[in-house]
Amino acid sequence: MSCNVRGSGGNNSAKSQNPDDEILGKAYDSKLMKRLLSYVKPYKKYVVAAIFVNIVVAALGAIRPYLTKIAIDDYIVNSNYDGLVTISAILFGTLIFQAIAQYFLTYYTQLMGQNIIYDLRVKLFAHVQKLALKYFDKTPIGRIVTRVTNDVESLNELFASGIVMIFSDIFIIIWILIFMFAMEWELTLVSLSVLPFLIYATFLFRRKVRESYRDVRFQLARLNSYMQEHITGMSIIQLFSKEKKEKTNFAEINDAHKIANINSIFYFAVFFPIVEMLSSGAVALIIWYGGGNVIQGTMTIGVLFAFIQYTEMFFRPIRDLSEKYNIMQTAMASSERIFKLLDNDTIIENPTSPKAINNFTGNVDFKNVWFAYNKEEYVLKDISFSVNTGETVAIVGATGAGKSSIINLLNRFYDVNKGSILVDGIDIRDISKEDLRNHISIVLQDVFLFSGTIASNINLGDSSITEEQIINASKTVGAHGFISKLPEKYNAVVKEKGATLSVGQKQLISFARALAFNPQILILDEATSSVDTETEILIQKAIEKLLKGRTSIVIAHRLSTIQNSDKIIVLHKGEIKEVGTHQQLLSKKGIYFKLYQLQYKDQEVK
Amino acid sequence: MNRLFTLNKYFKRNKGRLSLGVLFILISDFTQVFIPLMLKDSIDALQANASSDLIIRYAIIIFALAVVSGFFRYMIRQTIIVVSRKIEFDLRQDFWTHLLKLSHRYFQNTSTGNIMAHATNDIAAVRMYVGPAVMYSIDTAIKFLIVITIMLSINPTLTAIILLPLPILSFFVYKLSKKIHKKFTLIQETFSDITTMAQENFSGIRIIKSYVREAFEIEKFAKESSEYRKRNMDKIKIQAFFMPLLFLITGTSIILLILIGGNMVIDNQLTLGDIAAFLFFLGMLIWPTIAFGWVANIVQQADASLKRLHTIYDEKIEVKESKETDKSIEEIEGSIKFEKVSFKYGDELPDILTNVTLEIPKGSTLAIVGHTGVGKTSMINLVSRLFDVTSGNIFIDGKNIKSIPLNVLRKNIGMVPQETFLFSDTLENNILYGVENKNKELLNKVANISQLDKDVNQFSEKYNTVLGERGITLSGGQKQRTSIARALAINPKILILDDSFSAVDTKTEEEILIKLKEFMKDRTSIIISHRISTVKDADNIIVLDNGVIAEQGKHNELIDVGGIYYDIHYKQLLEDELQREG
Repeated sequence: MSCNVRGSGGNNSAKSQNPDDEILGKAYDSKLMKRLLSYVKPYKKYVVAAIFVNIVVAALGAIRPYLTKIAIDDYIVNSNYDGLVTISAILFGTLIFQAIAQYFLTYYTQLMGQNIIYDLRVKLFAHVQKLALKYFDKTPIGRIVTRVTNDVESLNELFASGIVMIFSDIFIIIWILIFMFAMEWELTLVSLSVLPFLIYATFLFRRKVRESYRDVRFQLARLNSYMQEHITGMSIIQLFSKEKKEKTNFAEINDAHKIANINSIFYFAVFFPIVEMLSSGAVALIIWYGGGNVIQGTMTIGVLFAFIQYTEMFFRPIRDLSEKYNIMQTAMASSERIFKLLDNDTIIENPTSPKAINNFTGNVDFKNVWFAYNKEEYVLKDISFSVNTGETVAIVGATGAGKSSIINLLNRFYDVNKGSILVDGIDIRDISKEDLRNHISIVLQDVFLFSGTIASNINLGDSSITEEQIINASKTVGAHGFISKLPEKYNAVVKEKGATLSVGQKQLISFARALAFNPQILILDEATSSVDTETEILIQKAIEKLLKGRTSIVIAHRLSTIQNSDKIIVLHKGEIKEVGTHQQLLSKKGIYFKLYQLQYKDQEVK
Repeated sequence: MNRLFTLNKYFKRNKGRLSLGVLFILISDFTQVFIPLMLKDSIDALQANASSDLIIRYAIIIFALAVVSGFFRYMIRQTIIVVSRKIEFDLRQDFWTHLLKLSHRYFQNTSTGNIMAHATNDIAAVRMYVGPAVMYSIDTAIKFLIVITIMLSINPTLTAIILLPLPILSFFVYKLSKKIHKKFTLIQETFSDITTMAQENFSGIRIIKSYVREAFEIEKFAKESSEYRKRNMDKIKIQAFFMPLLFLITGTSIILLILIGGNMVIDNQLTLGDIAAFLFFLGMLIWPTIAFGWVANIVQQADASLKRLHTIYDEKIEVKESKETDKSIEEIEGSIKFEKVSFKYGDELPDILTNVTLEIPKGSTLAIVGHTGVGKTSMINLVSRLFDVTSGNIFIDGKNIKSIPLNVLRKNIGMVPQETFLFSDTLENNILYGVENKNKELLNKVANISQLDKDVNQFSEKYNTVLGERGITLSGGQKQRTSIARALAINPKILILDDSFSAVDTKTEEEILIKLKEFMKDRTSIIISHRISTVKDADNIIVLDNGVIAEQGKHNELIDVGGIYYDIHYKQLLEDELQREG
């Protein structure tokens, strides 16, 4: 049975949002910046080149209004046709040169940004691969995915456009100031007197817009999760005739989203006209003050032309400053989260000098094992048992008895709190994790299939496992039959979570996977989901083949499995209560007898 | 592009505000063009050695014009963009209202993600058209008209020469943004591949670790990330043209102005003030020129999105009320009759049910057993009209089910579907989902029957406990019992339980069945189950096999038949014996 309680509907609350994701703090943090810049290091040459080209591009842009001034004052006013043609040619030359330089500047800085992002993303992903299961238990998968995808992406903006654009803006401003002051320093001060207003308006706008955007994002998320959930549950809406009510509910959420958007329009509606007004204000100031000077003959008319153009050029970088600020702020917040993950050291370390396991026989010993996921809440208490080479041990018990913990420990997904686990007499903490796991195959209760082909799901991309071995493993577990009926056979594409395959087929594939790796020790957590009789027979046969002649530990849910096992361990509330064969335990009329009645008795009846 | 005209109804609803917006655009643009003209006059005056008073007056006028124009710019956003958000609201509302009407089959065949993609991306694309695109088109058209008219009146030749490069800019913007959009789609695809890959990897981390596949996974991820980088660079290669082209083309216009205009000034055909005004006019035309190419893309994307939305709007509503519907039917009693009912999921698909004829008297209990996939669920889905029969008829109280208004029918059927779906809302809201008025007494009653009350008492928030991501996760059995309570709460004449105890333990199930007996006294019920113990007391038991009723009767009668039912029962007996032997 699959139960669906998904999405988030009706009542909204800010607490639902992951606190980590909404923190927007400082736009600049020297510690974080330093660490971020360490990723730029391999591309130092790019940075130096980019800065140099930036200076040139900015200069070429800034020189044109000055050349216009010369065109007007020296040639137009003095009726010099040839001079006008020459200066126009020079203007055009600067334009072409700037355009080409700009293209390569954009291209190479973006390339650098993409490379840095790539490095960081792969490094982050590789780090997550090292983290212990304890980390995955505590962290929602969606959050880890966000770190690797969106958070890294927001750094892209910082590296590719943010940093470089900030540099180029600074250079543009510097060049403009140089030219302006060189021409008329008084007029420069007068025309720049509008700047404080512009800067103030910009930062006020940035703050307001950020607040209102947060609301817009929240409302949009609410809208989408409402739809997502209610589309999934559409049949319930229709069966209970609640269409009208859900229409009204949606209208309410839809309306809140609309209002949030309309609120945010206000700030744009105010800000952009104000920028335009200030820009015209600067022009008016130039006309007033500069015009006065022209009349007095202390200034040429060409300077007016140049200044009008310079103020225009000056406005854009400052207006965009707020955007840069947001990029920086988002990048800082993202990098903080990324570094936090990179610094996470929930890792089960390998021993410094691991013992090698040669001629592994597959003998397993649990010696007085105590284990707790959380401090002092022991889920396994003083567990001791041994599995001899080639034996099958079935572990049975009610939910929460600690069955899964046993397999988690043997595979070193977690380490024991007290006691020890030995394979072939060696403490598993003295063996490298990789070496240990290479000798153990595990089949989980919930079959996990990756997107890819059936073959790639059996060999998990390990090219040392040949096609022949894949087919043999499939034949042994009885999966070959249905696979060879698929049009693409072993190359048939497995969709997300294996949606195209039946539950039973997925199980058979996971058996083939375990077998293909030919382990000395097999851990099987039997699935409980019901399948049709035919598949059930296939699965029982497969399990028999799988366990044969192999040290196996099975968390059993099948009567057939427990009946065939060499030994049954009855786990109850973290302790071993009974040990023996099926018949022995049944006649004991203890916990096993009750468990049998509860769990195994009905299962053959379909 | 005819499809875009279907949006006109949305514009019409906001006619008043929209025409006001157009008026504001006119005023704003008109005021704005006076600024360069004032600049021209002031520069000409300067050359004529005018008084500084006059110059100051010009400066003040320029600023005043900017204030007026700016105010109307503000008003434009407050009218046109607000309208676009209102239209977006209407679009979403219409979309949702339509979805609510679509039949069960549609939702079975279409993934939620697919519908969500329409609801988000396509509606957003259409909004870009009704909002910004329309605003900029009107603004651009008006601005071009006014500015070019004035420029022509000053000097037609110069106007023609310096405006010549601008269409080239529009063309490039159109071409480039189209290409960029395409590349962007490719980038998005890879990004979602990366996301899926990470998601899968982290979900399957146990498998990866236990089979020591970390190195391989990292390599796979690095490869995909590298592809992502490549696709980004493909886009950047094109995008990087944008700025240089903008410089180049607008810069060329300015240089032409200085060269040709300068010559005209020397020849006394033009004043320096005219050049200043033209410089400003050019500045005013650059953004509209870019917008022109940009809008053309938005229109195309909106059209494509609208096309996709229309496939949903055109989706046939399969189960609906028709001429046959008798609105006078307000109640139903609960006797059900299947008459030669056949059903299949599609024309080319095999029959699920063939010629099924069956009577379920009012107040009786029918049990349906049979193997997986024999059509048990399909059969009950026909009763609540999630699907309609392919042929034959179903009668309730002797009336054809199609003549009963849908909401009357469904309000009288308490359905507990096989797959439990609960909303992420409070327990109370989930249980009383089908009830108009909140009623504590009812809540307690149905929670008691479904044996949910004991569980709820252990929750600190009791019935206000929120389920789902933000709240607690119920066990499978608790979910099923909530679903049962929800069905009971609507006080149904017909109760349908589709394998509703599969996650409930046997003891609790027995308790629920005992309580249900009392509740079901005067109601009709249909129970699907795999467990003999659940069905053995039913008034009538049918065994479905190969789309037909293979066996029918009471428990004892069916045992005597010695068929499928007997087999299932026999296996149970064997089990019992096995247990005794142990």
